[in-house]
Amino acid sequence: MAIQILMPALSPTMEEGKLSKWVKQEGDAVTAGDVIAEIETDKATMEVEAVDEGVLGKILIAEGTEDVKVNTPIAVLLEEGEDASAADNVGSAPAPAAAEAPAPVAEAAPTTPAAPKAPVDVVELADPEVPAGTEMRQTTVREALRDAMAEEMRADERVFLMGEEVAQYQGAYKISQGLLDEFGEKRVIDTPITEHGFTGLAVGAAMAGLRPIVEYMTFNFAMQAIDHIINSAAKTLYMSGGQMGAPMVFRGANGAAARVGAQHSQDYAAWYASIPGLKVVQPYSAADAKGLLKAAIRDPNPVIFLENEILYGQSFDVPVMDDYIVPIGKAKVVREGSDVTIVSWSMGMTYATKAADELAAQGISVELIDLRTIRPLDMATILQSVRKTGRLVCVEEAFPICSVSSEIAFQVQRDAFDYLDAPILHVTGKDVPMPYAANLEKLALPNVGEVIDAVKAVTYTA
Amino acid sequence: MAGTETKSSGGRSKGPSKAAGALKNVPKTVEFNQDEELKAYREMLMIRRFEEKAGQLYGMGLIGGFCHLYIGQEAVVVGMEMAKEQGDQMITSYRDHGHMLACGMDPNGVMAELTGRKGGLSKGKGGSMHMFSKEAEFYGGHGIVGAQVALGTGLAFANRYKENGKVSMAFFGDGAANQGQVYESFNMAKLWDLPVIYVIENNKYGMGTSIERASSTTDLSQRGASFGIPGVQVDGMDVRAVKAATDYAMQWCREGNGPYILEMITYRYRGHSMSDPAKYRSKDEVQKMRSEHDPIEQVRARLLEKKWADEDSLKAIDKEVRAIVAASAEFAQNDPEPDASELYTDITL
Repeated sequence: MAIQILMPALSPTMEEGKLSKWVKQEGDAVTAGDVIAEIETDKATMEVEAVDEGVLGKILIAEGTEDVKVNTPIAVLLEEGEDASAADNVGSAPAPAAAEAPAPVAEAAPTTPAAPKAPVDVVELADPEVPAGTEMRQTTVREALRDAMAEEMRADERVFLMGEEVAQYQGAYKISQGLLDEFGEKRVIDTPITEHGFTGLAVGAAMAGLRPIVEYMTFNFAMQAIDHIINSAAKTLYMSGGQMGAPMVFRGANGAAARVGAQHSQDYAAWYASIPGLKVVQPYSAADAKGLLKAAIRDPNPVIFLENEILYGQSFDVPVMDDYIVPIGKAKVVREGSDVTIVSWSMGMTYATKAADELAAQGISVELIDLRTIRPLDMATILQSVRKTGRLVCVEEAFPICSVSSEIAFQVQRDAFDYLDAPILHVTGKDVPMPYAANLEKLALPNVGEVIDAVKAVTYTA
Repeated sequence: MAGTETKSSGGRSKGPSKAAGALKNVPKTVEFNQDEELKAYREMLMIRRFEEKAGQLYGMGLIGGFCHLYIGQEAVVVGMEMAKEQGDQMITSYRDHGHMLACGMDPNGVMAELTGRKGGLSKGKGGSMHMFSKEAEFYGGHGIVGAQVALGTGLAFANRYKENGKVSMAFFGDGAANQGQVYESFNMAKLWDLPVIYVIENNKYGMGTSIERASSTTDLSQRGASFGIPGVQVDGMDVRAVKAATDYAMQWCREGNGPYILEMITYRYRGHSMSDPAKYRSKDEVQKMRSEHDPIEQVRARLLEKKWADEDSLKAIDKEVRAIVAASAEFAQNDPEPDASELYTDITL
């Protein structure tokens, strides 16, 4: 019986990859463990090994093909004695359903036929930091982060990067790709797997005048180091009466990735945002990732820079400018609207943006704000918008209790109580440790349908 | 040895023979000349009198919170200070007044910080446990047991990065010597051959728990063995022995050999903090240390014996020191509390 070989997933977040090379050719005998092909993801090139024995009957995806979805059949393996024609039959079988994109979650939205409204226009606003006519280049968040570090390291000898696998391995998530080659091992430093120790070391180096960038493979591991982040880095300026502090950046993947379970899926924004002495940044787009990371490296304070693994591979327009800086502490009104304000950030923006599109089609005009910085909170921008729309929905992936949304809601009711036409709602991750099962994980995270529900609730259009 | 030999990258050049030599060659003690004896006497006396005064002010309710006195351990920081060069850094725990005074920080500023006043070195916002000085290369004053070990390793990292030839001294107690981050720091310090001296001030008690009850092995100088870090035990009550060992460790670090451990065997006469009645040890034990090993009395005896000083000249030093301490107490009581507006300054730049 001929066997289909499927495009394998090589990391928790991989959805597609390039079939860069066939090591075995049609007609070659294959035994289990043989390398049959090479696959390139955005993070690495990996070898694909055969699991079964047989003869490579037919190659379905030619080498050099880009964007091959996970689980797409890439070849057919024939059992000994089987005729090559058997490959054709298998090849024409329908591709397994797993190759599909995740089921659209919008279908969960209520379909109560409210009075049909005419669609509203979507008004995208330009970035005020970018002069009109600036050339834009599609860049992944991953590359944007790397470019930001490289530019700042070129500009300032004191800046160095340390963390697990940042140098020779080129970054566990390939954020530091190429930095070792350019800056050498003095400034791009592989550490032992000892977050508590190397964080304390980096804080000491900052107190002595250097500008460390500490990369955590994920912020889950920074819990081992949180004493130094808070007690040593955040508080020293105050405790020393302004004599010395820790000008440095703590950065890395934060929040839920995909199917990595409870200990590797947590958003720490609210934790760090509650600490005086820290700044907390959580970008969504590649342009903001670049501009804010450059600002963070130059900032004279300790800055927590929260990235998202799922966003690393996503591409956005990034302005081609010599020195593109996005100021810390400034939210961005991404879309102008009149019926409701949605405030979101990081991964939350993916749900909020899709929901805003769908709501526009249904005649509800959303003003969408990307918060970008969590501390200091740009309440002025939020309040200005809420005073116009009278309604607010916050969207984030973190736990709901004592969340960033909770703080925003508190401040908005205090400062714009008379402008509110509805209770403030939030759409968050659920109040549970992240489950592993695919269906439960999907339930634990926010989705587009929940955002649409919340907007309809506050606009009384449900 | 201006220390320009600092390596640019952590090579593995040292075999066991060099590490063994690093132990054998440490002089047990050195002879001080008259100037050194007098300097040591005056510096240690300054710490002793200052701490006694701080204890007194605490009793009067003028100093709040925690107050950890350094009485009995003076030889450690004074001997090390005498071996250090301009630009070498010190960082320690919350038992830090002695280190500040040894570094040359203003007694008025230290005492006013203890009383939480405007003229305190941290404007009254740090307190007994948290003072810093860039000028004096003193990096605090840390309240989380063991945290200063990783931070001090970072100071050494910066020295190597800047290739400035300076050495960092990270002080911690026998209690902190069991913290995990100490060993994470040891590992990186040796891996990258950072110029740091780990100074374990073994005063035999981590708060109320004796070292025997808290540590599986009690020769703390050997705690770096599995990382390839040499270390020796030093009579921390003899300022000359401290200076001799530190001179050796300083050279070891400056020559690019990486970290060194000095376990200073010492003793604190007072409780862990002002609120500790120290019932976990006998009065005899304390009295024996005071009468037979007091670091200041040892110097005093030598000065008299060698006729480098007489009772009158020592009394004059004592009087001068008491005057400085009294002035600091006066300042610390009369200086105003910080302005209310200081509540919101120095949080971020």
